[in-house]
Amino acid sequence: MYDFEFVGPKTIAEAVDALRAEGSQPLSGGQTLIPTMKQRLAAPTRLVSLAEIDEMKGVQRKNNCIRIRGATTHAEVSRNVKDFPALAKLAGGIGDPAVRNRGTIGGSLANNDPSACYPSAVLASAATIITNSHEIAADDFFQGVFTTALAEGEIITAVEFPVPRRAAYLKFEQPASRFALVGVFVAQFESGVRVAVTGAGEDGVFRWREAEALLSGSFSPDAIAGLSPPADQMMGDLFGTPEYRAHLVGVLTKRAVAAA
Amino acid sequence: MDFVSISVNGTELAGPAEPRNLLVEFLRANGLTGTHVGCDTSQCGACNVLVDGKLIKSCTAFAVELQGRSVTTIEGVAVGGALHPIQRAFHDYHGLQCGFCTPGMIIAALALLQENTKPTEDEIRAFLAGSICRCTGYQNIVTAIQAAAEQMESGNV
Ligand SMILES: Cc1cc2nc3c(=O)[nH]c(=O)nc-3n(C[C@H](O)[C@H](O)[C@H](O)COP(=O)(O)OP(=O)(O)OC[C@H]3O[C@@H](n4cnc5c(N)ncnc54)[C@H](O)[C@@H]3O)c2cc1C
Ligand code: FES
Ligand code: FES
Repeated sequence: MYDFEFVGPKTIAEAVDALRAEGSQPLSGGQTLIPTMKQRLAAPTRLVSLAEIDEMKGVQRKNNCIRIRGATTHAEVSRNVKDFPALAKLAGGIGDPAVRNRGTIGGSLANNDPSACYPSAVLASAATIITNSHEIAADDFFQGVFTTALAEGEIITAVEFPVPRRAAYLKFEQPASRFALVGVFVAQFESGVRVAVTGAGEDGVFRWREAEALLSGSFSPDAIAGLSPPADQMMGDLFGTPEYRAHLVGVLTKRAVAAA
Repeated sequence: MDFVSISVNGTELAGPAEPRNLLVEFLRANGLTGTHVGCDTSQCGACNVLVDGKLIKSCTAFAVELQGRSVTTIEGVAVGGALHPIQRAFHDYHGLQCGFCTPGMIIAALALLQENTKPTEDEIRAFLAGSICRCTGYQNIVTAIQAAAEQMESGNV
């Protein structure tokens, strides 16, 4: 590994300050950033660790919302988010136990891997991303593969999830990486149903609005029988063609509705 | 150069480290070569260790991040020269062939049995998702962990 500087602030304010220097980048669980640095796909000259900042950790219930602080690990979310079981289950299905003990929700969202699990939950729940400087609605946050609305040096301090009436996440695992080959998060609210798809869209996570409209009318798998999103908007790789992914989106959405 | 001090297997391990030194590099440079590097890409679990009792991959953490924390490596598993029941079960049930993955497998098994004293076969296989063995086909690893769980439960160790 190449050489770099490491700082371990104790407060969000100190971290924001430390990130002002050119070449700085936040380090949270390191489960994406460290492998990326080893491959030189990223080469920050200074890492600002978020792992020792107490005000970045923990889960709280607030009225009808669950607030998860940015450096909360996947393992903690899977154990401590009792009122939103679909979200707890999603977190408990990320990677493997060692990855879940280090990896964090803020890191996953900031990274916005097109096959990551959390972005689908955030988008389907209409969650709010809270940063050190402002709040960003889920619909505005994800801006394409590995791209988000975060500015340089901006830190995700928390994510606020409205708790749906019912929800489920179904992931068809890529067996080697355990990321989603396709994953679908379905959430039903008073105001209607939201469906977010990861692992499939050529521009990353997306809302499948056609299914949302039909499921808002009737929340049953039959409401979307035979439906899939257009294959020409899906990604294709060694593990699945766009047509295969489009088909999986339809199948997993029906199963998620049945499971919710 | 930073100075890193980590409690490893109950003993203070202190020494110079650069920020870029991975935890596994720090351990191995200080003579604890039981923790292996299989892939260096967070996939295989040969480098599994416990940090404050929790399973992590030591190839995917910097030593400086673990300043002041408590780490358990394979060298700390046997107590007073007597093999831990998990180690003995791996021996008795042929849970290894080349042995390269074994330190990581035993640490993973230790983490599993701490939180679930009676895991089913499916639970064991799910927990080992991030621990790869190229030799055994896993069957005897699962058998060994089940046998160790029974022995630890019955206190017959
Ligand atoms: C073997 C393996 C399997 C995995 N399987 C899955 C899976 O099934 N599903 C899945 O979704 N993910 C999976 N992952 C990825 C994992 O969830 C990572 O933990 C996650 O993507 C990144 O979180 P982190 O805390 O480790 O972030 P880091 O690696 O520390 O950082 C990632 C990026 O986010 C930035 N960042 C970190 N925290 C913040 C913050 N609070 N604010 C702003 N920017 C920040 C960093 O600068 C960096 O650019 C897997 C990883 C591995 C190694
Ligand atoms: S060497 Fe760390 S996971 Fe393979
Ligand atoms: S015994 Fe050879 S890799 Fe597991």
